[in-house]
Amino acid sequence: MNFIDPHIHIASRTTDDLAVMARMGCVLVAEPAFWMGYDRSGTNSFHDYFRQLTEWEPRRCANYGIHHCVWMGINAKEAEDVGFAREVIAELPQFLDRPDVLGVGEIGLHKCTKNEVATLEALIDLALSSNEQMLFHTPHLEDKYKGTRMILDLLANEPRVDPARVCIDHCEEHTIRLALEAGCWAGITLYPTTKATPERTADMVELYGSERLLVNSSADWGPSNPLAVPDFMFTMRKRGHGPAAIRQTVYDNPLRFMRASRNFRFTPPDGSSA
Amino acid sequence: MFTPCSAAETLDREFLTFRAKLVDLAATLDRIDRGEGTPTADPRYKLLRQGLELLAAQEGDRASRMQMLFSLPYDPRWRTDTST
Ligand SMILES: [Zn+2]
Repeated sequence: MNFIDPHIHIASRTTDDLAVMARMGCVLVAEPAFWMGYDRSGTNSFHDYFRQLTEWEPRRCANYGIHHCVWMGINAKEAEDVGFAREVIAELPQFLDRPDVLGVGEIGLHKCTKNEVATLEALIDLALSSNEQMLFHTPHLEDKYKGTRMILDLLANEPRVDPARVCIDHCEEHTIRLALEAGCWAGITLYPTTKATPERTADMVELYGSERLLVNSSADWGPSNPLAVPDFMFTMRKRGHGPAAIRQTVYDNPLRFMRASRNFRFTPPDGSSA
Repeated sequence: MFTPCSAAETLDREFLTFRAKLVDLAATLDRIDRGEGTPTADPRYKLLRQGLELLAAQEGDRASRMQMLFSLPYDPRWRTDTST
């Protein structure tokens, strides 16, 4: 069965990963701009990174028959210096019209500071003023609940937001209901020690339904698994879910969400129009 | 069409994994105890003990409650609270 990984950091992965993902049925990935594990020293580094995401990574993926899309943004980890973040945000509009740019992301909060909030508001404003979809990173561990609530507060206070064009990512048991009740898509990330496991993700599908759920690996430069989505599919099958239900979560849903982005150019291998 | 497993089927499938996780937790507690010093005042140790109590509780929704145990509080007035 074909699948889509709607959140993976391809720039951190090897060609071996791409080959095995392709063999497992991956046909489409979305790569959000994020933190590289160290702070960048200037706006030029971001500019080059944005070029890498929009020019080079799509070509690397294409070699394996994987279509590559991207989200443009500045991660909360680098949002604390508001002045610097604003310089980076000024770089973004020139990239937003490029093919297969899905919108503004992954943006969000990390330690939920005032400065992070100021940067995040500027990013949300950029997205809304150019009618972009948004992908939100929610904080890790003890900060997740508070940060998710704060992000949803910011969105609720902004009348221009259409929650159906927003994904709240890295949801877990205590935050998934919040995202869904706000009318947003809820992303679940499968990670080895933090975030969710395939079993717990299947639990959430069974508890909340798969109507607006997206499942991703968020595989990056740290301990993570680019085959996390197929692992989840296998778990779903073991638990008695049929192919249509599995396909909805790992293929139909991400496709439906991405199709709401104006620059999305993917043609599914089955020929159905994008 | 998806038909959820019966409780007995789920227990059957999960028993060995559950058992292994419990033994692992027990061995980890022993390992902490064997080390020099007493971590009982460490707030993280207290959280882990509270987590164990939560596991043993009869009420449902344990995963969500366990997550909340390890979460910072949220103040709906955070916008006006200058300490954030
Ligand atoms: Zn990410």
